Amino acid sequence: MREITYVKAFTESLMQLMAEDENVLIIGEDVAHYGGVFHAFDGLWKTYGEKRVIDTPISEMGFIGMGVGAAARGLRPVCDLMFFDFIGVALDQLYNQAAKLKFMFGGDVKVPLTLTTAGGAGLSAGPQHSQSLEAWLAHVPGLKVALPSSPHDVKGLMVAAVRDDNPTVVILNKRMLGTKGPVPEEIYEIPFGQANTVRSGRDVTVVAVGRMVVEAVTAATELAESGIEAEVIDVRTVQPLDSEAILDSVRRTNRAVVVHEAVTFGGIGAEIAAQIQEEAFDYLDAPVLRLGAPFSPVPFSPVLERAYIPDSNRISAGISRLLERSGG
Amino acid sequence: MTTTTEQDPMSALEPEVLYDLHRRMVRIRLFEEEAGKLMEAGRMPGFLHLYVGQEAVAAGVMATLGQDDVVTSTHRGHGHAVAKGADLRYMYAELFGKQTGYCKGRGGSMHINDLSIGMLGANGIVGGGIPHAVGAALAAVYKGQDFVAVPFFGDGATNIGVFHESANLAAVLQLPVLFVCENNGYAEFTPQDRHMLLKDVADRAASYGMPGEIVDGMDAVAVYLAALRLVARARAGEGPALLEAKTYRYYDHQGVKGLRIPYRTQEEIDSWKDRDAITALELRMVNAKVAAPEELEKVWSDTREEIAAAIEFAEQSPDPDPADLLDNVYTV
Repeated sequence: MREITYVKAFTESLMQLMAEDENVLIIGEDVAHYGGVFHAFDGLWKTYGEKRVIDTPISEMGFIGMGVGAAARGLRPVCDLMFFDFIGVALDQLYNQAAKLKFMFGGDVKVPLTLTTAGGAGLSAGPQHSQSLEAWLAHVPGLKVALPSSPHDVKGLMVAAVRDDNPTVVILNKRMLGTKGPVPEEIYEIPFGQANTVRSGRDVTVVAVGRMVVEAVTAATELAESGIEAEVIDVRTVQPLDSEAILDSVRRTNRAVVVHEAVTFGGIGAEIAAQIQEEAFDYLDAPVLRLGAPFSPVPFSPVLERAYIPDSNRISAGISRLLERSGG
Repeated sequence: MTTTTEQDPMSALEPEVLYDLHRRMVRIRLFEEEAGKLMEAGRMPGFLHLYVGQEAVAAGVMATLGQDDVVTSTHRGHGHAVAKGADLRYMYAELFGKQTGYCKGRGGSMHINDLSIGMLGANGIVGGGIPHAVGAALAAVYKGQDFVAVPFFGDGATNIGVFHESANLAAVLQLPVLFVCENNGYAEFTPQDRHMLLKDVADRAASYGMPGEIVDGMDAVAVYLAALRLVARARAGEGPALLEAKTYRYYDHQGVKGLRIPYRTQEEIDSWKDRDAITALELRMVNAKVAAPEELEKVWSDTREEIAAAIEFAEQSPDPDPADLLDNVYTV
């Protein structure tokens, strides 16, 4: 299969979604003429014109709210929030409006809005351009949230998101934009709420979010050399969360490590760990281990940032600790 | 000797328009007065932000709109829903939290909506609905339809960021939006001169490159004529405008009594009540022999009957079933 980059898979998904449905349009800052700061929208304006690819003022609250209204009136807007860190200036329109309209209006309205954004650290972008805040959004009834971990998943999850009649958020990982991988040329959908077992193993389950899937696979490959077989589960979406896939795996491996790039405290890992102990306590040979960032803003210095972001070494070390403790 | 008398602008309007304005206002007034009584009697749960006093604004603007023109509303939104043509039975049912309510008991007083008549909902977040109207206007243009969108909001809401972002967006995208500010002089309990230095909200329009006009919000005819012009302008593709209606709410920010601290003087309240929009229009209609007093009285008595039946419908409607709590959290 041909290989394309993570960001090109994103662009291709939109190219095909816009061909498939004339009600799909793109709204955001510098998405039209400039093609987006990450080139994620390259070529879309030339292909579909300014009616369907709309540059906006720097008004995230305004244009996401405009997307909510347009969605409620039958369009299928894709609103782009340049950096996930900017969510604070737009949040009301997402969690009080998009997420609640259907419920609080008695079901008569649909809000098929997709918010795309770029999150994650590793590019020395500093404390306000590097965050992983997915747990905030996963906490809001009415929203769906995806964190694709490969070019293949970017395209499939984007297609599912835009076709979904609910408000969806797709959080790209900035550090993966240039990562290449196999991507089918035809349009295809990866359903929300279906985790992906990226690697099978019998000794421990590593539940990973977003780019941490890549680090987890690296760790698992290294550990395999010493006879430890880790199963790696990519949750793909944190809302809805595929709890069954996680629990099924943990019941087989009897150990679980949860890893995400967000700070550990109050991260989605806390929810996953809680679900595991509630539903699979009797299967556990060791406490569930959470791995995430320390409780600090994302630092700018490359040295500090490397120390901050969880990586394959920390995942390996965590798995080893877990196995030692439980005599594995 | 000849005398010239200034012609009442009302005389340019067909009697049907005047009856329509009058009926819309009476329906709002009585809906709200009865809702207030129900709350006072402890028969209804939740908050209640009464629209009484501001009727000329909703009535005057809505009378210029068609079914498919979209409005968004505020926490003080009953008047907009009634004037847009919402069914009073489902409105009261929602106020009672019943399954037959517009929101199936999930939204309450602050979220009345009816998409079938272009009522895209009231909103509990100040300014929250303004960009939705801009989006509705975008959708209309996108689909080649000539609908306009009208967000209603108060003077207080023009201090929140999303108002400015929405106004600028509508202007730069040249969307068919009529921004209607109901300036009742207070952001909750804070008077206008303590929440902005401007005397006229309409002045804000200039900073977005759109026209801003002021109208007497106690005069339904004046509101109607101003909205008619600005809606036609938007519909013709000439872009958005801001209409500021100077008006007043007779009751408190929330509820009927509640004046913990008397932040308004009785003289001020009385001076606005002396200019009551419904009384004023009735006087003009009778003086101009457009209507006989008994014809106008019949509007009140018919509406009272309709409202009594609507309240009975609401009170006798079933409560929502807790087993269905999760309905409509997601579209499935």
